[in-house]
Formats: sequence, structure tokens, C-alpha cells
Amino acid sequence: MPDTTVLDGVAHEPGVAKPDPILIADGVVRRFGGLTAVNVGHFEVQRNTITALIGPNGAGKSTFFNLLTSFDTAQEGSGTFDGKPLRKVSPHKVARSGMVRTFQLTKALEGMSVMENMRLGAQDQPGESLLTAFVPPLWKAREREITEQAHDLLHRFKLYEKRDDSAGSLSGGQRKLLEMARALMSKPTMVMLDEPMAGVNPALTESLLEHIIELKDEGMTVLFVEHDMHMVRRISDWVAVMAQGELIAEGPASTVMQNEAVQDAYLGAHHDTDLGEDL
Amino acid sequence: MDILINALEQMFTPATAAFAIAAIGLNFHFGLTGLLNMGQAGFMLLGMYGYAISVREGLPMWAAILVAMGAAMLFGLLLGWPTLKLRGDYLAIVTIAAAEIVRYVGRSNTLVNVTGGSLGIKGKDYKGPLEDLSPFPDERITVGPFTYHGSASDSWWLRVVAWTLVALFLLLFWRLSNSPWGRVLKGIREDEDAVRSLGKNVYWYKMQALIIGGVIGALGGVIWAHGSAVVADAMGRPTTFWVWTILLLGGAATVMGPVVGSVVFWAALSLIRALAKAFIPESILPSTAIEPFGLMLVGIALILLVVFRPQGILGNKKELAFHA
Repeated sequence: MPDTTVLDGVAHEPGVAKPDPILIADGVVRRFGGLTAVNVGHFEVQRNTITALIGPNGAGKSTFFNLLTSFDTAQEGSGTFDGKPLRKVSPHKVARSGMVRTFQLTKALEGMSVMENMRLGAQDQPGESLLTAFVPPLWKAREREITEQAHDLLHRFKLYEKRDDSAGSLSGGQRKLLEMARALMSKPTMVMLDEPMAGVNPALTESLLEHIIELKDEGMTVLFVEHDMHMVRRISDWVAVMAQGELIAEGPASTVMQNEAVQDAYLGAHHDTDLGEDL
Repeated sequence: MDILINALEQMFTPATAAFAIAAIGLNFHFGLTGLLNMGQAGFMLLGMYGYAISVREGLPMWAAILVAMGAAMLFGLLLGWPTLKLRGDYLAIVTIAAAEIVRYVGRSNTLVNVTGGSLGIKGKDYKGPLEDLSPFPDERITVGPFTYHGSASDSWWLRVVAWTLVALFLLLFWRLSNSPWGRVLKGIREDEDAVRSLGKNVYWYKMQALIIGGVIGALGGVIWAHGSAVVADAMGRPTTFWVWTILLLGGAATVMGPVVGSVVFWAALSLIRALAKAFIPESILPSTAIEPFGLMLVGIALILLVVFRPQGILGNKKELAFHA
């Protein structure tokens, strides 16, 4: 079981240092023309925890998320993942180094089968290089390993029966599950989920939550962007709040919700947001 | 009866094979990877020039083939390097322009000593090496209703070589599209950001696809040149659109699509022309208008195809329809 008390001694303030950070961002600034979308002084994610990144619409969460995964490039700032620098590293290299992301608008590869989607997630398949692709004996063995791993994950995510269907025939929630399962094919150390609950029907929400908690139990670190405060309360060990591009608060879910700056940010943006206190 | 035999003949001409090869190349681009290469004729023309000029200048046949392939490879690198990082449409714009540049440079008077200008390079300057390899006798041979020369120009030998090449490239496409490498390309076709997020170097894969398809297109051009001549204007924009029509007609992303497309396309074109000549009176459609009339029908057929059967004859609608 992961140690959930590790963050107990950490101060509840934005930009606070963590005992064992896996991801560190420093002085990250992203401007679009005259608009500063992201301006985060310092941010750390503790290893093997579930951290939520929340904030009202337009707070810059998704942009910050894209910067952390190298899908967008910041004008200023630096970062490290697991001790390796992130600045100007291409997104596929970030993924290979163990930080895999999903997308807010699910990117299931709809023309391909569920199984092919899964296989594509795996790393170290020699047949993915052009010259070895000609000689099946060089990659068939690895293909069998990958297929077996995919079967296990599909069982776990209850998609096994759908393995030969095209991904385009899945429901929105199932696509989210597939995207998460596909990300796990690469055996990542950190999983970045961009609004994992968006568009998922309530029946599937519960199993998605279970899956995210399982990731932590298996030793992975999770950072997710989310709007649904009930979910944030349920599963996160730590919450970071952004507003107008800046990090305005950090702490456990219960404390952060009481924070005055956070309430201002939310109430100012949209008055009737349910912050989930009644749970 | 003559009309039918003529159409049957059209199915197996070297030109039909050459277009099938060019369409197999385009199948690597568009079918597998989703790249919009609107300049396949440019790759073909470069292959033709590369081969014909090398042979004329005394290089052995194998070296000339390497020159043709190398020219296409460089062309692909040059086009892909700035555009493959951008959205797909940019590649389309750049390739269509670049192919036209190749054609205009080829037909320009300044290079008349190299490319032969707008008259091009005559067959006798470069067809020799391939014809010398022919095992067939040096005379006209009749098999059934078909009579061709054994070895020279539009010959039995060229048909054998051309369709053997088609078979080889089909095999290549089948092997690669059913490998993990092909799986990455299909993923890129669907959504390149998703593939990037799974740790694949999307840019490099797109470059590989562009080059392979372009080199195959260049070899298609070499075959085409053996059936007729090296003339820049034969490889203009219409040629690129024919290759596209052939691929979409047969079914993009399918193994046999390019071949089925090419065979049906050329046979249908010949049928349309012959029927128009036979049944539409001269006063309505003068004989000089038959050629453009046939091509106009090709255009209409392409539109109908995209609207009513976007997956082509063999394609799978779920996997890939023309929705670019």
C-alpha cells in the first residue's frame, strides 16, 4: 500500500516543496500574443500520489498540462521529470521516459480495432522500425508478449469482449477506458489524465475512479485535470488550484475547498458551482 | 468486339502497370499514413529523368535505377522536412507546387542538353539496357487476340517486367502494412497527437512513408517511360489526379486497391472513348473532342466516387474513407 501520510507535514501553500517530487516545474510562462495563459512560479508533484489540478474555466489548466507533457512549448521556465530535464524535449521522448498522457477530447484511434489500439501503446516493439518490419521472426515474439499484456489490461478495464471491434464503435466512456488502458501498455511511472470524467456516464464513473486508485496502488503517480469536485474529493491526495494562469492554492482537498482565494476564484467565475462540500 | 478486345488490352498495358505502381506508392502516403501528396507525378517524372539521363550518359542499368530512386528520396526529404511538422494541407500545397516546378524545370529551354526540353528524351537513348535483357525473340509475337513486339518498347517483355514489379510492390505493401511499423502509420493517419503521446516519433514515420511512396512512384515513372518516352508534360497535374482517382477507385489502404483501380480506370476510359466514337454522331461530338470528353467523365466519376462510395471498390468504410 502506498504511504498516504507522506504529504502530512507539507505546508498548504502554492508552490510548496514536496519530500520526493517526481515532476518539478519552475518559472513556467506561456503567452499567446498579449495574453499570459500560464505563469506558474513553482510546482512539484509528489511521487506515488494522486494529485488533482483544478480551477475555473480559462484558468490555464489544460495549457499547463500540455506544457508539462511537451505538447506545447513554454516561452520561459524549466522542468524535470524523474530527474531528467523536460525543456525542449519532444513529446514522444517525454512519453518514452515514462510520463504518458491522455486527452480531454478522447483520442481513441477510431478506424483501428481495440486490440490494435492497445498494441500501439506498447514500447520496445522492434517491428516498429522499418527494416525489422520486413522480417516477422524478429518481432513476432515481442508481439505475443504485447498481446498477452493487452489481454490482461482489457480484462481489467472490462473491454476484453470488445477487443476485435473498431474503437469507433465504443461509447464515450469506453473510449476513455481504452485510452487509459492503452496508456498503461507502455508501463509508465506517471500518468497524466486530462479531464478523465468528461463525457462519461455516471455508471462508468465509479469504475474509472477505481482504476485511477489502482494506478496509485501499483506505484504510479497520477496528475489529473478535472472539473468534477466530487471526484477530486474522492480520490486525490493533494489538490493544486489554478486561476488566471497562476497557481493560487495547494493542499489536501478538504483544506483547499475552504481556502478563500479558491472560493473567490470559483465564485467569481461562475457563481453556482457545486464545490462538493455536501459529500 | 474490337471495342472489348481493345479495353481488355488496356487492362494490361505497361502504362496501366506503371499507374498501378504509382498508386501503390500513393497508398503508402494516403492509404496508410493519411499524407496528402498531390505531387506524385513529380516523383514519377524525377524517376524517369534520373533513369533516362543516367543511361544516356553511360551508367549501367542498376546505377540508373539507384539514381532514379535517389532523386525521389531527395525530393521526398526536401518536401517533407519543412512540411511534415505542419498540418496535412501544407504538404498538399507544397507537393502540387513542387511537382509543377520539376515539370517546368524539365521542359525549360535552358536545360535542353540535359532533359531535352519540352521534346524530352527519346526512347532509343535509354530503353536499350532493359530491352537487351529480354529473353523473348526480336519480332512480333501473337498470343490469342494480342500482338506485340517481343522485346522492343511497348513489348511482351516490358509487360512481364512491369507486372512483376507490380506484384513485388504489392507484396511489399502487404508485408509492411501488416507489421507493427504499418500499425504506427495507421495510428498517425487517425490522430497523430495520440500516437505521439504513446512515444512514437511521428515526424520520422511520416518522413519514411513519404520517401517509400515517392521512390515507388519514381519506379512507376521508369516503367511508364519504357512504354512511351520521357516527356515532362506527360507528368503534369492530370497525371497526379489520375493516380488519385485510381487509388480512390480501387480503395485506399487496401492491398489490391491500386491494381484494381488502375485496371478498371484504363479499361473504362478506353471503353468510353470507343463507345463515344461509335455511337455519338460526329455532328454532336467531333472526334477531336472525344479525348477531353473521356477525361471529363473521369472527373465526374471521381466526384461521384467521393460522394457515393468514398471507400472505393475494395475499401472498408469504417477504416478509411476520403474525408480529408
